[in-house]
Amino acid sequence: MSESPTVSKSPTSHRAATDLTPALKGGGLLALLAIAIAFPQVFTNPAVTNYGVLALIFVTAATAWNIFSGNSGYISLGQAVFYGSGAYTMGIAARDWHLEGTTVFALLPLCAAVGAVIAVPFGLIALRVRRHTFIVITIAVFFIFQLMAFNLASITGGTSGLDSPFLSWPAASYNTPFYYIAFAFAAGAIAIAWLVRRSRFGLQLRAIRDDEDRARGLGVKAMRVKLSAFMISGAITAGIGAVWFYYLNQVQPQTGFDPIFDLTLVLMAFLGGYGSISGPVLGALIIEPLTLWLNTQPQFSGGALAEILLGAIFLIVVLFMPRGIIPTSGEFITKIRMRGRAAIIPATTMGTAAGAPSTPSVTSGGAR
Amino acid sequence: MTQEILRAIIVGILVGGVYALMAVGLTLIFGVLDIINIAQGVLVILGAYLSYALSTKAHIDLFVGLLITIPAMFALGVVIHWAFIRRLRGTERTAMTLLVTYAVALIIEGILYKIYGADNLALSASYTATSVHVFSFYLPWIYIDGFILAIGLVAVIYALLYRTKFGRSVRATMQDETAARLVGIDVNRVAALTFGIGVAVTAAGGMVYGATNAFNTNSGYDLISRLLAIIILGGMGSVGGALVSSVFMITVESVVTIWYPDWAIVVFYAALVVVLIARPTGFFGRKEVRAQ
Repeated sequence: MSESPTVSKSPTSHRAATDLTPALKGGGLLALLAIAIAFPQVFTNPAVTNYGVLALIFVTAATAWNIFSGNSGYISLGQAVFYGSGAYTMGIAARDWHLEGTTVFALLPLCAAVGAVIAVPFGLIALRVRRHTFIVITIAVFFIFQLMAFNLASITGGTSGLDSPFLSWPAASYNTPFYYIAFAFAAGAIAIAWLVRRSRFGLQLRAIRDDEDRARGLGVKAMRVKLSAFMISGAITAGIGAVWFYYLNQVQPQTGFDPIFDLTLVLMAFLGGYGSISGPVLGALIIEPLTLWLNTQPQFSGGALAEILLGAIFLIVVLFMPRGIIPTSGEFITKIRMRGRAAIIPATTMGTAAGAPSTPSVTSGGAR
Repeated sequence: MTQEILRAIIVGILVGGVYALMAVGLTLIFGVLDIINIAQGVLVILGAYLSYALSTKAHIDLFVGLLITIPAMFALGVVIHWAFIRRLRGTERTAMTLLVTYAVALIIEGILYKIYGADNLALSASYTATSVHVFSFYLPWIYIDGFILAIGLVAVIYALLYRTKFGRSVRATMQDETAARLVGIDVNRVAALTFGIGVAVTAAGGMVYGATNAFNTNSGYDLISRLLAIIILGGMGSVGGALVSSVFMITVESVVTIWYPDWAIVVFYAALVVVLIARPTGFFGRKEVRAQ
């Protein structure tokens, strides 16, 4: 724990850490994939797979939110517009075209397309303004859609909403196909988020987040970029909204267009880590099962205590982990690794600057 | 028909005055602290429940009860600011304040639900039961009393903002926080007091709302969506804008209700969209102060 080994060792441990990360990440990803695919085979109880399906639906929705809001910095509280529109599109199309059974799933691309199309006028209006005003406009558009679902009763079924066509699957394995569909959506959304993040397009989005006027000055066609991201996000959300509708067999205006849905997505993203790809996924995997479980507990009767608890979680997350679990735990791990090494930052910079020879023989030992 | 329209306009102006009071609180909080207080709607409902508790349990008149509920709500506002809002800094502050105020709303709503359940309540007193005869139609006294109360309180806020040293520091903070800090204004204190005032008005707003509408724990959502539309239309942070747009919007809604009761609320949002296409800063927006 003396000064000199700290100085000389630092560059090595840095390189080791960077070398290790891709392998760890790849392995971890494969392990997660295997767990996710095996989940409904291991836990066949429908009550358990139900958690899996809904969690994956929220993984998809939160990732879609993050593709637009996490990258661009425009906080959308109108994602339920897409979610509900996707659900209603499937319900209306299946009813009017008399589709039944598994053929209804062929409507999913249509539902996603409707989401993308709705995003165009929505975005053209809302994306003219920034920050708080943008947030309020998304809320306003959300309320317009909810009200249309209530009032256009001849199309949407009004207050009683729509029922989906009947699926004659046995109850015991009913959830499994939905699990894999939701899983495919989640995997697809994460892949898109990853592609966006790595691309020039993603870079332009993040430039807009950091300083829109400067990005514009540097030649980023801000409106086009923002709108494209909004359309991608809308299409994914509408698609998963349709899956959700077929899974639950029904949608009402207040469930399809639910203000809590919007805020939950934001909470998920912030809990996990805003702007990162894994953050919203982790947040959704924690929050959705937790709220589902809370609502089944008899001591939380009527949802009042569940509501208070959810609010308390919000506060704890924002006040104590403002950057989310993943960045915070990342910092924590770094701190543990560096524990016992006096004056981390000066030591590192000194070591690197001086080009001190690394002495791998001096392992961290008790420091870890 | 003219009769009905006239009644709708008068009711719209009277109710609009009450909304103006609630919206002024919201827009002041935005102007000084640069946050949207999503909890404002639920706080109004909390104000209504407080008045309800005082009038049923302690038999205190609704208006007299305000002498207790307004300071109580002011204290609650200062506490919320001290405990949560004050701590939020950094680049994601916009989203975080949204989450925090929403969390506060959820907790208050949950507590109210735990105590009162989902039943609709209404505040009653002699002035909600008796009516006054104006232009050949009847109007409960509470509409007029509530309007006078709201206008009085808005006048007090105006006097506070434009006639006192505290008001000058508030306006300075709204214009430029850094500069205000530099000339020696305690910006944190200004922010705490402004949040307190912004929340305190909900006690009065809630009392009048509760006396003119049936309310339950969910009514806050309906309120906050209207209030947000109003302050955006008025230009966020503009007190005068909030006044004008509340009276204007509520009157328009009230008139539209005669023909299309189901669609009246859409008028709000449609107007919002139209105005923002033409003028993204709202009626009285201050573009130079905050890039919207």
